[in-house]
Formats: sequence, C-alpha cells, structure tokens
Amino acid sequence: MDRKDNFVRIKHLYNRAGFGISYTELHKLSKNRIDTVVARLFDSPAVATNLNTVTTAEYEAQQLKLAALNGKKDLAPAEKQEREAITKARNVKSRELNIGWMHQMIVTEHPLLEKITLFWHGHFACRSNNPFFSQELNNIQRQYALGSFRTLLIAVSQTPAMLGYLNNQQNRKSRPNENFARELMELFTLGRGNYTEMDIKEAARAFTGWSYNNTGQFVFNLKVHDEREKTFFGHTGNFDGEAIIDKILGRPETALFICRKLYVFFVNDTPNETHVAELATEFYKQQYNITAVLIKLFTAEWFYSAANIGNKIKSPTELLVGLSRSFNVTYHNPQVLIRLQTSLGQYLFNPPNVAGWGGGKNWIDSSSLMLRLKIPSLILNDGILDFDGKADPEDEALIALSSNPKPKPVKSSINASTNWISFLASLPKYMKQTELAAFLLQPVVDIKIQDLVEKNSNLKNTAIAVTSMPEYQLC
Amino acid sequence: MKVKTIRMKRRDFLKSTTFAAAGTLFVPAFMKPFEALALDQLSSYKNLVVVQLSGGNDGLNTLVPYGNDLYYQQRKSIAIAPQSVIRLDEMQGLNPNLSALKELYDQGWMSIINDVGYPNPDRSHFRSMDIWQTASDSSQYLSTGWIGRYLDANCETCKFPYTAIEVDDSLSLAMKGNTKKGIALKDAGTLYRNTNEPFFREMIRREKEHLDEDNLGYLYKTLIETSSSAAYIQETSKLYTPLFTYPASGFANQLKTVSKFINSGLKTKVYYVSLSGFDTHVNQNQQQGRLLQQYAEGMNAFVKDLHQHHKLEDTLVITFSEFGRRVSQNASNGTDHGTANNMFIFGGRLKKQGIYNTAPDLANLENGDLKFKVDFREVYGTILDKWLDVNNSDILNKRFNTMDFI
Repeated sequence: MDRKDNFVRIKHLYNRAGFGISYTELHKLSKNRIDTVVARLFDSPAVATNLNTVTTAEYEAQQLKLAALNGKKDLAPAEKQEREAITKARNVKSRELNIGWMHQMIVTEHPLLEKITLFWHGHFACRSNNPFFSQELNNIQRQYALGSFRTLLIAVSQTPAMLGYLNNQQNRKSRPNENFARELMELFTLGRGNYTEMDIKEAARAFTGWSYNNTGQFVFNLKVHDEREKTFFGHTGNFDGEAIIDKILGRPETALFICRKLYVFFVNDTPNETHVAELATEFYKQQYNITAVLIKLFTAEWFYSAANIGNKIKSPTELLVGLSRSFNVTYHNPQVLIRLQTSLGQYLFNPPNVAGWGGGKNWIDSSSLMLRLKIPSLILNDGILDFDGKADPEDEALIALSSNPKPKPVKSSINASTNWISFLASLPKYMKQTELAAFLLQPVVDIKIQDLVEKNSNLKNTAIAVTSMPEYQLC
Repeated sequence: MKVKTIRMKRRDFLKSTTFAAAGTLFVPAFMKPFEALALDQLSSYKNLVVVQLSGGNDGLNTLVPYGNDLYYQQRKSIAIAPQSVIRLDEMQGLNPNLSALKELYDQGWMSIINDVGYPNPDRSHFRSMDIWQTASDSSQYLSTGWIGRYLDANCETCKFPYTAIEVDDSLSLAMKGNTKKGIALKDAGTLYRNTNEPFFREMIRREKEHLDEDNLGYLYKTLIETSSSAAYIQETSKLYTPLFTYPASGFANQLKTVSKFINSGLKTKVYYVSLSGFDTHVNQNQQQGRLLQQYAEGMNAFVKDLHQHHKLEDTLVITFSEFGRRVSQNASNGTDHGTANNMFIFGGRLKKQGIYNTAPDLANLENGDLKFKVDFREVYGTILDKWLDVNNSDILNKRFNTMDFI
C-alpha cells in the first residue's frame, strides 16, 4: 500500500466518517496504516461536547410560568401575551439550537462523534416545539452514539421529545395509542414486514405508562399502565416496555435493519446485501455494540473499493459543514445557515416526517442543484444570495401595499469570511492546480477538469472553481 | 408495443411526435420548426394548474353555509353575517372577500366540491400536506408526489423536463417522482441567467462521458436538463407581453408567470403555485379575509387572461388546502385544525358548473369535525384519467373512481 493510495483511502474515510480532512492532517496520517487511522478516529476527546443552548434554569423557569398559566380557565390579556412570549422565546431558542449544532460540527475535533450523532438524528427522526427537549434528545444521541444500541434505544424512547412526538403521553390502559409502538418497530428497529399488527397492539399495551412529568423527567405512570398479559412474537407474559425492546433486539432482523441503514448512510445509496449481512452478524454477535460494527465497516476492504469512493451525494449538512471546515469559514450572520438548510431540504431538528430524510438523489432537483453549485462561490467569495424561500403572507401583504407591482426579491447576503491564508498555508508549497483539484474532489479528476484548472494562475481561483463543480457534490 | 388508449385528437398526436423528435438537449435550436406551426394548433394542449393554500384554510368561512343555523350557533363571533355573504344557492355563498370570483362563477367557469378529505384524517400540517401531495393513505409514508409519479409515467406528453413547473424557489414533494422531477423557478429570466453563467456553460459543454454513471451522471443530467429547460422556457416566453393587469401580490405574480407560460405556448402540462398564511388560530376573519381577497383577485385576472387568449377551455385549475378547520370557533376568535374542506375548480370546459355536491352536514360531525364525502384522490384520479390522459391507478397506486366535473 503506497502513500498515494493511503491518501485516497484516508480522505475517503474522513469524508464518510467525518466531514472531510485538511491537507496537513491528511499528509500526517497517511504515514500510518489504515486500521491505526480508523482506531484513532474513535479516540474520545477530553472534554464532553454537549449542546447547551437552552439551560436547565431557563427551561425550568418557563415550565413554572406555563404551569401557572395552564392552570387557569380564562387568561387575562397580559397572561395571553406572556404565553405568546414563551412560544416566541422557544422559537428563537430552536433556531439557536440548530445553529449551535451546525457550529459544533464545523469546529469539532471529534468529527466521527458528530457524524454518528447526525446519523442517529436522522434515524430517530423527531420534532418538538420545545427546544430544551430537542437539545436533550440530541445530547442523549451523542452520549450513547458509539456505545450499546440497546442503551441508546431505551434512552431515546424515554425522552420527552420522542414520547411527545409519538403520542405516548396519550397511550393508556383504557385507550391504547399505537403510534409509539408502531414507529419503534417500523422505523427504529425491525423495519416493515417483520412483525404483525397484533404485535403492535400488544407492544402498545406494554408501553402504556411511559410518560414524562412537568419537569421533563421520564416517569413510569403505574396508574395508566396495562399490567395484564401480552402476547408478543408468539410468547405470552407480563411484558413491560423494556421486555418488548429486548425481544425486538433478540431478532437478528433488527441488526440487519440497522446495519442496512448504516451502510446507506456511510457507504453507498444502494445496499450490498452481502456486506450488510457481514455487518449485521458482527453487530448481533457484539450485542449491538455500535463501535464494533463501525470499526468493521471502516476497515472492510469493500469500504475502499472504487465502487464506493466518490459516488455518494453529500447531504446538505455534509456539504455545508464540509465546506465550512475545509475553508475555515466564519459566518457573521449565522441565521443564513438556516436559510441554506431549508433551501437545500435538510433543516436539522425538523425532519419532514418520522421516516427522516430520504437522502441520495432525493436531495437533488433543478433548483436545489443550481443552489448547491452556487453555494461555494457565495460562501467563499462573499457573494449575495438571491433567494427568499417559500412565500410568507406578511411579505405578501407588504408587497400588496407597495406601489411597485413587481415583488422585490429579499436579498440576503451570506456575509461570511473565509480564512484563505490558513487554507493556502495548509497546502504544500509548490502545489499544482490539478493537484489541488485532486485533493478537493473525491471523484477522479478527468481531463476536462484538468484542462479547466490548469488555466488558473492561483490556487484560490482553483479552489473556488473546483468546489463549484458537480463533482464537488459527491464524496 | 403496449397499446394505450389515446384520447388525443390526431393533430395533437402529430404535434407531440414532432416534438419528441426534437430531443431534449439545447432545445432552442430545434424549436425553430415550431414557429412555423399555426398558433391555433398549439392551443389544444391541456394544462393543469394546482393552487395550494397552505396552513389549513377554513372552508366554512370560505364557502359559507349561511342557510344553516348551526353555523351561526357554533361561531358566535366569527361567522360571516348572512347579509354579507355572496349567495350562490339557498344554502351556501361566498365570503365577501371573494367577490372577485362571482364574475367567474356566473360565467360558468367555476365548480366547488364540498367535503373533500380522506379516511383517518391527520391534523398535523406536515403530515396532512404530505398526504395531499403524495396522495398516500393516512398511515403511509410515500417519498414521491402524485405529479412526480405522473412525470415518471413517461407518457408522450409528460416526458419533458419542463412538463411540470412550480413557480417558487424550491420544489414541493408533490412534484418529485422516482426518476423525474418538476422544475421550480420564480422567474424564467433569473433561472436562465443562473444556468447560463459562463462557468456552468463550460461544465455542460465539456461533459460527454459521465451521463451513464450513477450519481455523477444524475447530477450532470439534471444540470443539462435544467439548463436546456431554462433556455426553452426563456426563449418561448420572453417575447410575450401580458394583456391584463394583475393585482400587486406575490400570489398574483405567480399566476401571471403561469399565464405567461401558458399563453406563449410552453409545452408544460402542470403548473404549481401556492399561497400561505391560512393557519388562523387567532383573529381569523381579518387574516383569512385578506388572503381570500388576494386569492380571488389573482384568480379573476388569471382566468380572464386565459379566456382572452383562448386558453381557458384547455386549462383546469384546482385549489386545495391540507385540511379544513373545526366547526366551532375557539376562544381566540379563530379556529383550530380540522378535516374535510372544499375545493374550488376553474376551467372553460367544466361539465358540472356551480356547487358540485351538497353542503357540509353540520349536525353529524366526527369529534366536532366535518366528515369527508369525497376522497381527494378521486379528484386527482379524475384529472389524471380525463385531463392528463394517464391511467390513474398507475399513479395513485390503486384505482380511484372518477367524478364528472370534467
């Protein structure tokens, strides 16, 4: 294995397991064997990296206020305003939470941890209008991201965010609500076709009582729990929620389902069932240890085959975070990151539905592609984003009132700075234009690209050109 | 070769095969022969315009059941007064802010279907909008839209990249198929300028090898199609000057853009526009009234514009919202998320004009919500079968009965 091959492999590893890699680090790591590099990826940082956009104090203060307001039958106008103010404050915090996580992904020294958290964020898709709950769910996914899937699954299932989203608060002995049980089995563990409707009904009964209290703590409400016998997967017993989860994990189909999703996220849009089965066997054998299965994935020969390098369409998050990391971008108006996410179709903490984001070719259509191709020059070159998102009735009303019938597009400057000095300093002294292109891109740099970049006089222009090519959309 | 039932007339068939020969790359060069065709031959190309009202428009204050006492009992402060209602029959009439629609109604260009919905309705914006856009069952999650799947059907008249256009910056799920998607653009000139940037032109010009490759090929194919569509749309529509003055609203502008495309003879079949802000939980009448007025005035100009260009007979407009709202008002002079709603249909060749079916039954509700009488997929199915000439069961994943509004 020569150093050049190693270069390509490590770059590929970091693109998939993280959000890319700098030239300096790539050069340094390429001296090592690939399994050493993989092992290094899993080294945990000294300091924990939880999001703390909404403090516990803030959350508790709001809860107190809301408890007082919700207790009343009729609210005075001042009280109605107070409740509206809390909703508004929560909306502001929700946006800050999103930006906070984007920022963390951009600066993190443990990219694997953030990347696998991103995977679980999509897998356990959830929406909450309470940013404290969303933050908690995100931190729990991060905390257990690389450990036991069983621990992660139970922790996630007991968060107020997930219990609320899947209506388990409404699931009670007298009137079971199946939503939680259904999504748990269909989307989080087994996948469709591996259980019966009866299994869902019985599982729902087992989860009655799983709820949370006014301070956002999980509580097992015995009063509404159905403690009679349930028949699940052909066995009868007095099963509670955790017992059901253990039975689900006892099925190798669960390992297969999770590993297929991991494969699609980390390797290829089209799952290779042989490779997926390899991973699933390991995952099941290691009692659903996530680190074990990921190490198997990242050290497999097939992970580094030509078929799997440079052919995956970057998700909007990968595109934005990768670009921002590579070029050390500072956003003076971080709100722009939200506009970019919504325009590209991946607004973190706001999946379209409980099935998460589709991925792959689903990211691409005529307008999202044009925007993706323009984003690098807009971010790296201080451009203007001529884009105003879906119509807003307030805007329309204003336009209706104005005398000019043609609506002015809301111009929004990205207002970002790129640290070109540090980027250029990270490159070898006499780097050729074509070499920079080969570094920035994963797909093979063909004659067309070589011709194009050779004309450039400086590396900055090459960087801007190369990141604006369709090839840059792949990793 | 599969034999499809072709309902097109012979001249339509000839027209579309001529166009098929023209290919899809850099269309303007091949468009020249088209200018030689007489204008009236282009006119019998059916168009569908979908108008989405986002937020859950309150149907009962839109088409008001002024003849039903229960309506006034349940909405003591937000019901529309009987004397203000623009009466259409003895039971229902229009919200006065929709006065601009009366003219269209009197001309026979409108049909209104009551109680459109689906079984096990979902009252979440995202979920219900997805259901309407994907035409799924309430418990299904589909990742393709009904118009996207129409595009996938690859029929003679629906196989071009610009077959479906959404007048917006981003593409809705409704327009995304498995292999094909519609095009989203706010303005033809802007899209043309964007795709025509020298750098992208160069990328396209030099591109020969990758089109067969999986994802890279897909990116290049999309780029090339977007670029050629932008050129085609711009070339075809740039010389058109509107005869009508449209009101000054974002919504009216979208319709103006659509009319420009239709009237200049664009070979697009489906257009998608939207108006949002209908989630009226608080102080409904003012906000809804303002939006309904924008809607009516925009539609008025649009329909009359099409009529003047002799395009109205070949255009069908449908209006929907992801759900209606509850029958009783809430404590904030508004209404909360509900279920079934009405749909407003416009066209020059409607078979059944006026109010299509009976008014909502306000006495027999489901948990305070209207029960649906018409599954929205029957409306889609009717359009797919009779207007867009495809088999509705292929697109909707099962066969739906058709109605007779067209």
